[in-house]
Amino acid sequence: MTKKRLVMFRAAVRLSVSGVRSLTRSRPQYAAPLAARCYSHGKQETDEEFDARWVSYFSKPDIDAWELRKGMNTLIGYDLVPEPKILEAALRACRRLNDLGSAIRILEAVKDKAGPHKEIYPYLIQELRPTLNELGISTPEELGIDKA
Amino acid sequence: MLSVGHMGTLLARRAAAALLSTGSARMMASHGHEVSQQTDMSLPMYWDRLDTPLPDKPHQEQLSATDQALKRKETGPWTQLTKEEKIALYRLMFDKTYAEMKKPTNEWKTVIGGILFFIGLTGLVVLWQTHYVYPPAPRTFDPEWQAQQVKRMLDMRVGPVEGFSSKWDYEKGQWK
Repeated sequence: MTKKRLVMFRAAVRLSVSGVRSLTRSRPQYAAPLAARCYSHGKQETDEEFDARWVSYFSKPDIDAWELRKGMNTLIGYDLVPEPKILEAALRACRRLNDLGSAIRILEAVKDKAGPHKEIYPYLIQELRPTLNELGISTPEELGIDKA
Repeated sequence: MLSVGHMGTLLARRAAAALLSTGSARMMASHGHEVSQQTDMSLPMYWDRLDTPLPDKPHQEQLSATDQALKRKETGPWTQLTKEEKIALYRLMFDKTYAEMKKPTNEWKTVIGGILFFIGLTGLVVLWQTHYVYPPAPRTFDPEWQAQQVKRMLDMRVGPVEGFSSKWDYEKGQWK
């Protein structure tokens, strides 16, 4: 009696093992595309879309001071250093609002955002140099206010 | 004439007054004759924060005549501004630069010093207490009593395997 039961049990185990094997074999290979992550529904915004959105925000011709402040404070709140083209749009918005102080402040803020990565800020200034020269914005280093 | 009971009621009355009084009355009670400058938190405020580069309002809103002239010049090309004028315009809008905000304050030295000072003070208080406040130690702390206690524990074989008595060599009559 016990031998039969053992045989039955062994057969059952073998079936389940083989069943598991077939399951793993039949699971499809699924390579998720980078833009569609699994942790939230809806489409993920690409870097280019993010940049374009912010450039158009700051490029509004009749942007007002509140919108400039709100935009900059929000942008600085993100875990990233903004691209030069976003900063250029923001600096031009400062020009439209006749606010040189805020333009210099923006440069200080992005330097602080770069944190320990000291090579980011010189790169940004290098990319922004034509705009800075055109608008006449001095960097904090040129004004000597980068040291306390 | 101030007995303990009187002090208790006086303190209780003062505490009750502090709790029940309105905000302004409390201000007057605590500050005496001076009128403190309170910030109106319902209006836009200025602040220096690394994560908020552009606060709600400029640092200087009351502009002198020279400042107003400078502001008018700001509406023109910025290439015509001198370095000093640019710095002045920055300082009109903002109080501290980022570098000044991030400057180390050495506050930690005061904090550590204060902590150590108060620990030391507490140590002195405890020393004084042990001399003047604590009653004499019970007789069970006497060395003779302690010795008799140890002998009794060994005789009882307290902790014979891995504990107390296991450290005693019963053959030689000494600690191992």
